[in-house]
Amino acid sequence: MLGYYLRLSLRSFRRAPGLTALMVSTIALGIAACIVTLTVYHGMSSNPIWWKNGELYAVTVNPLSPSQTRKAGDPAYGSSQLAYDDATYLSGSGIPKRETVLAFLFGAITSTPDQTRPLPVMIQATTGGFFRMFDVPFRYGGPWNAAADRGPEPVMVLSHRENAKLFGGTDSVGRTLLWSGHRFRIVGVLAPWHPLPRFYDLSAGDGGPFGRSADAFIPFQWGPTLRDWPAGHMSCSSQGSASSTYQGLLGSGCTWIGMWVELPTRAARRHFRAFLQAYAAAQRKAGIFHAVNTHLWTVSQWLSLHHIVTRRSGLLVNLAFALLTVCLINTLGILLAKFLRGAPLAGIRRALGASRRQVFAQHLVEAGVLSLAGAALGLALSAAGLAGVRLLYRGSAAAYGKFAHFDPIGIAWALALAVVATIVAGLYPAWRIGRRPPATYLKSQ
Amino acid sequence: MLEMHNISKIYRTDLIETHALREFSLQVAAGEFIAVSGPSGSGKTTFLNVAGLLETFDSGTYKLDGQDIRGLSDNARSRIRNEKIGFVFQSFNLIPDLDIFDNVDVPLRYRGMKAAERTARIANSLELVGLSSRMRHLPAQLSGGQQQRAAIARAIAGDPALILADEPTGNLDSLMARQIMDLLEKINSMGTTVVLVTHDPELARRAERNIHIIDGLVADTVPASGARRRERQGPAHAESATD
Ligand SMILES: Nc1ncnc2c1ncn2[C@@H]1O[C@H](COP(=O)(O)OP(=O)(O)O)[C@@H](O)[C@H]1O
Ligand SMILES: [Mg+2]
Repeated sequence: MLGYYLRLSLRSFRRAPGLTALMVSTIALGIAACIVTLTVYHGMSSNPIWWKNGELYAVTVNPLSPSQTRKAGDPAYGSSQLAYDDATYLSGSGIPKRETVLAFLFGAITSTPDQTRPLPVMIQATTGGFFRMFDVPFRYGGPWNAAADRGPEPVMVLSHRENAKLFGGTDSVGRTLLWSGHRFRIVGVLAPWHPLPRFYDLSAGDGGPFGRSADAFIPFQWGPTLRDWPAGHMSCSSQGSASSTYQGLLGSGCTWIGMWVELPTRAARRHFRAFLQAYAAAQRKAGIFHAVNTHLWTVSQWLSLHHIVTRRSGLLVNLAFALLTVCLINTLGILLAKFLRGAPLAGIRRALGASRRQVFAQHLVEAGVLSLAGAALGLALSAAGLAGVRLLYRGSAAAYGKFAHFDPIGIAWALALAVVATIVAGLYPAWRIGRRPPATYLKSQ
Repeated sequence: MLEMHNISKIYRTDLIETHALREFSLQVAAGEFIAVSGPSGSGKTTFLNVAGLLETFDSGTYKLDGQDIRGLSDNARSRIRNEKIGFVFQSFNLIPDLDIFDNVDVPLRYRGMKAAERTARIANSLELVGLSSRMRHLPAQLSGGQQQRAAIARAIAGDPALILADEPTGNLDSLMARQIMDLLEKINSMGTTVVLVTHDPELARRAERNIHIIDGLVADTVPASGARRRERQGPAHAESATD
C-alpha cells in the first residue's frame, strides 16, 4: 500500500506543482535559516574564537583535594588554573604547536620617571605565543619573540585603547614606558580586540568574563622577576596556604596561572594528554596531588564549564526557532487548506471502502513526503548558507575560514520540529474526516 | 438483501431537527431492481446513505445481506462498503487526478487485491461499460455519460451484491440516461441487486418495483406492471406490498 500512497502523493503534487514547491521551499527556508543561525551563533557569539575550536585547549591538572573540589560545586573549579611549578614544568614539553601561560597584574604606567599622574593599568603577563595562538590583530609592530620570554626582556604590547590614551593612537613602537621601576620598550600595538567573553582568562579584571581585555601585555616572567603579586583569581588548598612572601607563593601549590595549548592534530592531542597524565601520576605518587584528574578543554567546553555560554545563548537561539516557527505556520496553513479542500475526495475513498486508518496513512505519506523533501532541501540550503558565511568571514577570521563547530542537537530539533509539525498538519484533516460519516463529505460534491 | 425496519434518521443542527427518515421500513430481495422516487427533500438520498453505510441511523433495525448493521465498528462498515456495495452518484464522484483505470482501481486497492487480479477486474468492468479504449483518460477528458459509465465500472469492479444509484441520470441528457439505464439493467440481469433513485417516471417504470417516499416515509410501493396505472390506492404498507 505504501507504494500506492506514494504514487497518489506524487499525483497530488503534480496537480498543484506551484503550491507544492511553495510548501517545500518554505519548510526548507525555515530549516535553513534556523540551522545557519544556530551554527553561526553557536560558532561565533558563544565562542569568540570559533574558527580554532578543536585546536585550542585550556589545560587543567586538578591538584586540589576532593573535598575542595566538591565544595566548589564544579569538578574542575579551583583547578581551572595551575600552580607555578606545574605551569613551569608543563610549558616545557615542546609538544604543542604553540602554548602560553597567563596571569593578571595590576600596576601604574608612566611615560617619564617624574610624571606625577601614573595611569592605572591592567596588565596581562603572558608569552609571545599568546598573540599568534589567539589570532590577536596588530595595528603596529608585532609580538615579542621567545628570547624575550626567556630573558625576560623589557618589552610590552599595548592595547589599541591604551595606545590611544598614551600616544593619541600614533605608532608608538620603539617608545618606552615605565612600569614597576623598569623601562619597557613597546614592540607592538594591537588593533581593537575585544573577545567576548574574554575566554582566555576568565579570572579577573573589570566586568569579569565580559570585561575588557588587558591594557598592556608583558612577558610572563616579569611577574616572578619583579615579585609582582598576581591580581587575578587565586585558590589555595587549606594545607599549603599562600605564604606571605612571593617566593612562598611560587612554591605553595596555590593556583593562579592560566595555560593554553594549541594542538591542531589528533596525534599532538594524544601525545600531550599522555604527557599531562604522566605528570599528574608522578605528582600523585609523590603525594603532591590528591588525584590524577587532567583535562584538555576546548574553548566551548571551557566556557560552559564556567557557566558562561548558556547565559547568553538564549536570545538568538530563540530567534532562530521563532523564524522556523513562522515558516512552519505558513506551510501548515497551506497544507491544512489543501487537505481540507481535498476532504470530498477522501469522502469518495471512504465511500469506496477506505478505512479510517487507510485515509490516515495516505495523508501521512503525503505530508511525510512533503516534510522530508523540505528537510532535505533545507539541509542543502543550510550547507550553501554556511558556505556563504564562511566566505564572508574568510578575511576577518585569519586563515581559518571554516566552521568547525556545528550544533547537532539544535539541528536535530529544527528538523524534528519541521517534520513533526508537517505530519501533524497532515493528520489533523484525516482525523477530522474519519470522525464524521462519509456522507458528510460526499454532499459537498 | 436489504431489510429496514422502523428506521429513523434525524439531522440535528443547532437550530433545527430534521426528521429525514421516520419509521422507514423497506425490504429489497436479492436480485431485485427497485426504483425510488419522491419529491425533493423527502429523504431519498438519506435512505441510500443509510443503506450504503455512508451515514448512521438513530433507531430501528437494518440488516444487509443477513447481517445486522447496528453497532458495527467503522472498520467493519468500511469493509462492507468495499466488498458488498457499489455506489453511483449523480455527480459521478470520480477522482479528478486519477485516470479512469486508476479510478476503477480504488476500491480494489482497499480490498488488498493482487495486481494481476485488479488489472483483470478493471479490464472486465471497463469492457462491460464500453470504455476499454478510454482507460488512460482523465475524467475531465470524458463526456458526462462516459464519466457516469466509468463510475459504474468502478461500482461493479469489486463484484458487489448491491448497487445504490442516487439519480445517476440527473446530469445527463435523455439519450445518455437511457444508456445508463440499459447498463444498470444489464448488471441487474447478472444477479446484482439494484436500488435506483430517480425523478424520471419513464426510467422508474423499467424497474421491477417502484417505491415512493414522501416526508421520510415509504408512501406507497407499486409493482412495475402496475406502475403505468398509477392511480392512488390509498397508503399501502411497505411490508405488506413486498414479496
Ligand atoms: N447532513 C444534513 N444535515 C442536515 N439536514 C440534512 C442533511 N442531509 C439531509 N438533510 C435534510 O434531510 C431531508 C432529506 O434530505 P435528502 O435525503 O437529501 O432528500 P432527497 O434526496 O429526497 O432530496 C431534507 O430536509 C434535508 O434538508
Ligand atoms: Mg437527493
